[in-house]
Amino acid sequence: MSTPFAAPTAQPHLQARAVHLWRGENHLLRGVSFTVGGGELLQVVGPNGVGKTSLLRCVAGLLPIESGEIEWGGQPLPACRDVFNEQLAYLAHVNALKADLTALENLSYAVALHRPVARVELLDTLERLQIAQCADLPVRALSAGQKRRVAIARVLLMQATLWILDEPITNLDVAGIALFEECMAEHLRNGGVILTAAHQRLLQGRPQVRTLELH
Amino acid sequence: MAAAGLGEAVRLVLARDLRLALRHWDQVIQPLIFFVIVTTLFPLAISPALEELRGIAPGVLWVAAMLSSLLALESLFRPDVEDGTMEQWVLSGQPLSVLLLAKTVTHWLLAGLPLVLMAPIVGTALGMPQSVWPVLAATLALGTGSLSVLGAIGAALTVSVRRGNVLLALLVLPLEMPVLIFGARAVDLAMQGEAVAGPLNLLAALLLLFVSLGPFAMSAAMRISVET
Repeated sequence: MSTPFAAPTAQPHLQARAVHLWRGENHLLRGVSFTVGGGELLQVVGPNGVGKTSLLRCVAGLLPIESGEIEWGGQPLPACRDVFNEQLAYLAHVNALKADLTALENLSYAVALHRPVARVELLDTLERLQIAQCADLPVRALSAGQKRRVAIARVLLMQATLWILDEPITNLDVAGIALFEECMAEHLRNGGVILTAAHQRLLQGRPQVRTLELH
Repeated sequence: MAAAGLGEAVRLVLARDLRLALRHWDQVIQPLIFFVIVTTLFPLAISPALEELRGIAPGVLWVAAMLSSLLALESLFRPDVEDGTMEQWVLSGQPLSVLLLAKTVTHWLLAGLPLVLMAPIVGTALGMPQSVWPVLAATLALGTGSLSVLGAIGAALTVSVRRGNVLLALLVLPLEMPVLIFGARAVDLAMQGEAVAGPLNLLAALLLLFVSLGPFAMSAAMRISVET
């Protein structure tokens, strides 16, 4: 069993400096800078269409930036892409689940690409997110909130240091949000880093939580 | 935390895609049915006389195989891109080219291999002698492999284009012409009792070339498609 945060970089640390991004004629990100370290959560806020998702996709490496720098553990991202990918769990708008596979099958195929994982561990995580009863149902039969919980289970199972979460609590009910906030708090206690975009404030009032306003 | 090895990653992609194919097998067998129906149309349209059909049989079989291989391409990458799985793969730390090649292998297993197995039966219906069966199956096995790889490159390029299937056909069919020429020619030569080693070797060389370089083109195209 591997340790969750056996990071080659001593201190997880994500930094962006003067990131610019154009989408067609639209100058979306205008010199965005931030740093976020171990045990911290950075919440990106701003109105619709301001570029929250684009910023997250830039940091994850799905979108090349026009200018500026993004560093992980003090190294520029292109130079440490492999290490970064191993320590990254990315949750997009879409859940990345196959409707025809069961929740358990979906998780096992997705997580096993990162690390060997036992069925018991998958079941435990589903149990923790209170969707154990959905384990053997095809995902198409689940409700939108249950699907989101399965996607969150994948993030937990990746045992990654850095979580990039795009609107993580979409479709979650009140109990689900509380459950997920507890998961995030635990991740921060373990020294993890969270970068998220969400309309509702997450983990409000905690000292480790900061916000980045885009406009 | 060591990422899964390459072999394991390929096994996971193959197992997942084959399981998904099993869950909607009715869609998976459509290219095969298309192949059988198209080849059946020719005797109806031209002439039921076997002597006449025999002459065009290699060409008919090969064109039908090409089109039916194209039919399954549209759904090769699109579902994974739309539901976000492809983004997860891009970020998985596994080489994207290998994952996409594994998906291409599934495409061949589901849309190429059935044609190889079905072709001798259809060929017989078009008046092909039994002695040509091995050559026909061999050319199709090598050729559909090339078609799958070329098609996958086109599918990766057009996956972000809405209703990209016509574009995909326009893009891929011209590239596939060498495969068609050598494939149909080899079967033709075999029917006239001549040596087929030349075109067969060329088909094998094309397959090797596409399999070795194709995955890099696929992953480069896919990275661009995922950006949008």
